[in-house]
Amino acid sequence: MTKTLTTLAAAAALTALGASGAAAQDATKACYIYVGPIGDFGWSYQHHQGLLEVEEAMGDDVETAYLESVPEGADAERAIERFARSGCDIVFTTSFGFMDATNKVAGKFPDVKFEHATGYKREHPNVATYNSRFYEGRYVQGVIAAKLSEAGVAGYIASFPIPEVVRGINSFMLGAQSVNPDFKVKVVWANTWFDPGKEADAAKALVDQGVDIITQHTDSTAPMQVAAERGIKAFGQASDMIEFGPDTQLTSIVDDWGPYYIERVKAVHEGTWEQHDVWAGMAEGHVVMAPYTNMPDDVKQMAEEVEAKIKSGEFHPFTGPVNKQDGSAWLAEGDTASDEELLGMNFYVEGVDDKLPN
Amino acid sequence: MRIELVKRPQHSALFSAVSPFIALGLTVIAGAIMFSLLGKNPVDALYYYFIDPLRETWSLHELAVKAAPLILIGVGLSVCYLSNNWNIGAEGQFIIGAVAGSILPIVFPDFQFWFVLPLMLVMGIAGGAAYGAIPALLKVRFNTNEILSSLMLVYVAQLFLDWLVRGPWRNPEGYNFPETRNFHDYAVLPEIWSASGRAHWGFVFALVVAVAVWFVMARTLKGFEVKVIGQSPRAGRFAGFSHGRMVFFAFMLAGGLAGLAGISEVSGAIGQLRPSISPGYGFTAIIVAFLGRLNPLGIVAAGLVLALSYLGGEAAQISIGVSDKVARAFQGMLLFFVLASDTLIHYRIRITSGRARAAGGRAQAAPAGEVPHGHA
Amino acid sequence: MGMLEAILLTVATAATPLLLAAIGELVSERSGVLNLGVEGMMIMGAVTGFGVALTTGSPWLGVFAAIAVGALFSLLFAFLTLTLVTNQVATGLALTLLGLGLSGMLGEGFVGRPGVKLTAIDIPVLSDLPLVGKLVFGQDPLFYVSIALTAAVAYFLFYTRAGLTLRSVGDNHGSAHALGIRVILIRYLAVMFGGACAGLAGAYLSLVYTPQWVENMTAGRGWIALALVVFASWRPWRVFAGAYLFGAVTIGQLHAQALGFGIPSQLLSSLPYLATIVVLVLISRNRRLTMVNTPASLGRPFVPDR
Repeated sequence: MTKTLTTLAAAAALTALGASGAAAQDATKACYIYVGPIGDFGWSYQHHQGLLEVEEAMGDDVETAYLESVPEGADAERAIERFARSGCDIVFTTSFGFMDATNKVAGKFPDVKFEHATGYKREHPNVATYNSRFYEGRYVQGVIAAKLSEAGVAGYIASFPIPEVVRGINSFMLGAQSVNPDFKVKVVWANTWFDPGKEADAAKALVDQGVDIITQHTDSTAPMQVAAERGIKAFGQASDMIEFGPDTQLTSIVDDWGPYYIERVKAVHEGTWEQHDVWAGMAEGHVVMAPYTNMPDDVKQMAEEVEAKIKSGEFHPFTGPVNKQDGSAWLAEGDTASDEELLGMNFYVEGVDDKLPN
Repeated sequence: MRIELVKRPQHSALFSAVSPFIALGLTVIAGAIMFSLLGKNPVDALYYYFIDPLRETWSLHELAVKAAPLILIGVGLSVCYLSNNWNIGAEGQFIIGAVAGSILPIVFPDFQFWFVLPLMLVMGIAGGAAYGAIPALLKVRFNTNEILSSLMLVYVAQLFLDWLVRGPWRNPEGYNFPETRNFHDYAVLPEIWSASGRAHWGFVFALVVAVAVWFVMARTLKGFEVKVIGQSPRAGRFAGFSHGRMVFFAFMLAGGLAGLAGISEVSGAIGQLRPSISPGYGFTAIIVAFLGRLNPLGIVAAGLVLALSYLGGEAAQISIGVSDKVARAFQGMLLFFVLASDTLIHYRIRITSGRARAAGGRAQAAPAGEVPHGHA
Repeated sequence: MGMLEAILLTVATAATPLLLAAIGELVSERSGVLNLGVEGMMIMGAVTGFGVALTTGSPWLGVFAAIAVGALFSLLFAFLTLTLVTNQVATGLALTLLGLGLSGMLGEGFVGRPGVKLTAIDIPVLSDLPLVGKLVFGQDPLFYVSIALTAAVAYFLFYTRAGLTLRSVGDNHGSAHALGIRVILIRYLAVMFGGACAGLAGAYLSLVYTPQWVENMTAGRGWIALALVVFASWRPWRVFAGAYLFGAVTIGQLHAQALGFGIPSQLLSSLPYLATIVVLVLISRNRRLTMVNTPASLGRPFVPDR
């Protein structure tokens, strides 16, 4: 009897050790917090695809859990803490608004690793940040748009005036200007990441004002459908939206988080995880261009060339000379923008026909 | 077969006490069926829903954090509804309260003294009350229906907050991301017992307010006035009560409490302003108010139950992979059972067979002691 | 197609789902039942319409299924509030919660799949008329349904005996009951009509507006529909006017942005809400007129005495 008890106690102690991550043999528990529903077919959906890829790649070595539609605010901290307490070895918090909550909880649970997407605060050694250089894809889109547009005007459905979105608009503009210096972009702020009806309305408004190519920085497929209906071309966002516009989609910037998630969860599993700040783009496979479709071969070829140049590091989308919107000089000939400048970007480059809400 | 309700001569004290348990019983049965259909172990699911969040101290703290705004807003709304003022814009009053209360730490960050926090709370209450006064003014002065005006003002408040944190109030050191600077130490509502969890004084405010409003409603002339005007504006006029002043009183009380909830949430639980500071507290609190039978003490219990259903939903998601949608559907079901069980307090249910008898009876007004549901 | 015409078309698309849901809620409220569950019924209609259309390939089947599910879902509300006399406000909110959750569960398999669009009717020659051609003769079928429904409800309420009965139930259920009118039965029917219309409005979203299914795709339109009923002071053609006003301001602000006026987009986005308040303030200043139209028993529980 006594012997059994001792064995049990020993077993319990061992399990406890395993759970705290000392024994690398056990399955690593990777946990995800999404800001939207996984059914949004946009931002949260793509992160969830990443989770599924991790499961597939690591099999029995990994165990996963997720919470969807977690509101930014007081609820986020609770959700993250719950994960930390429920035996997660690594927690991915996949929205900018989770930044402070992530850091706060990380301070309390030094043995758990935290990875925050799109933020910049790493207040504890167990917090890493990661983001993707979506603007690289936007540049390619700009090139294509300027090549194909007969009106010389593209419509841009934007979500919220944050640096990420402003950067995208600028990059698109620079890409377009590299082909046609007089190219115009009309910007409409939908003030939502996700409202199919409103996004469709915005797309219609833009078409009615004469644009013949639409690109979007909101998450639903509605603008693609409107473009298809009105017989113009459009770019997808976050996922490959070709099914929603087989004759419409030119390409799409696909957020592919899978490779990153696999790398990081494996690192935890093998005990090699370290804090870092990663801002990866096409070269690392975080930003993937969906197949170039519905365009003539020469345009396709040009797009592929630009993509290859960005991928190889030969070319940076923000390369001078570039002026700010008011005409003042920003980047001198041959200079490229620093990551610091890009991270906090809140001005337009010359040629954008919109006023930044400030 | 027909279901018939027979009104009890007076409302049943027995069922007042028992009905929550009947509701719980029904929810457990229905939940077990639902979870089994989804291929989950129903015992596990119900355990994670109702027991797990109560097992640990930190989780109890979280329960208090989640319940505090619901109770504060719900208590204020109960006075509105009892006096026949259909305020469904508490969400907006919550936001404006949070914004007004945040002026000091955001616009004057160097102003760091001990009295900053009390001032913030006062300004939060004032902001919420002022925003609540708008539909009241429109109702009294222009006869504008308050359901519409208070609801529309919610959207306006949300966009206003959005504009502030993306524009003028953006953190100058925040790389232009949409959030304000973090509140300095003097502007943070302290935690009650920080060694064990993060519940802040907002929960204490909620309890104090609930007791105070309960006292006013049950024991003072003001409470009597609210109920008289709510049940019969005509009788109120004969008694010499001003209808217009009552509209302002109810809206500004509810707005003020929502504002207090807003500033408490921002300064106690979030620590800065962001584009979204409320996951719909103002709307959920409407359910809380009615779930608590418009009685401030009942609202405390209702707020805790609803908070539990959120926490339990999360626990079930993580532990057994019940999705967020199932958690929400289950929450809706729970509410239905609670509401339906409360019927037993005022009515006996009789199931009869045979045809309905012809009408001819006298209709009756809203049962005594029940909420006035009317519409001015 | 001229720009003005195009804009009007867009406005019509934005207004139609609001009109459909609001006209149903109007009938329910005229009978004295305040159902705050419009958003929940609408999203149930959206997921049903999409799912049925996708699996059968027939958008019309989707539309009918959405109507049926909307009505069934509202039956739940009716049973609780009318038979069990639960509080209408709280029950309606709970219905919305349930609908949002349930629709998400049902729709999990439909995410990311292009839907079947209910195609527009195109009456040849007439639809080529300048300015009004497409607007009047080239719309989707549900647009015509929404107009016909408004006319039918207006006629029913004010020119038929049954309509008078329904209004009397909403104005004073006590006297109606005394006159031998079956108050509860009439309210059941009115609530189910409201549910059916909300379901139809949902189908409009997932089959015409944006033919796809995503969670929470109603995005608060049920709430706007509720507000429009109040805005219209319970009169059908004013609901119509309100829905088009709201749609016009919503679309107008997007155009103002695309033209680059440089006004903060948040201010522009809040215009539809502010406009609704201002217009209501203007029209409700006439106290007597408002009193006449407001169903006096709205939200009050009714239990026949015996």
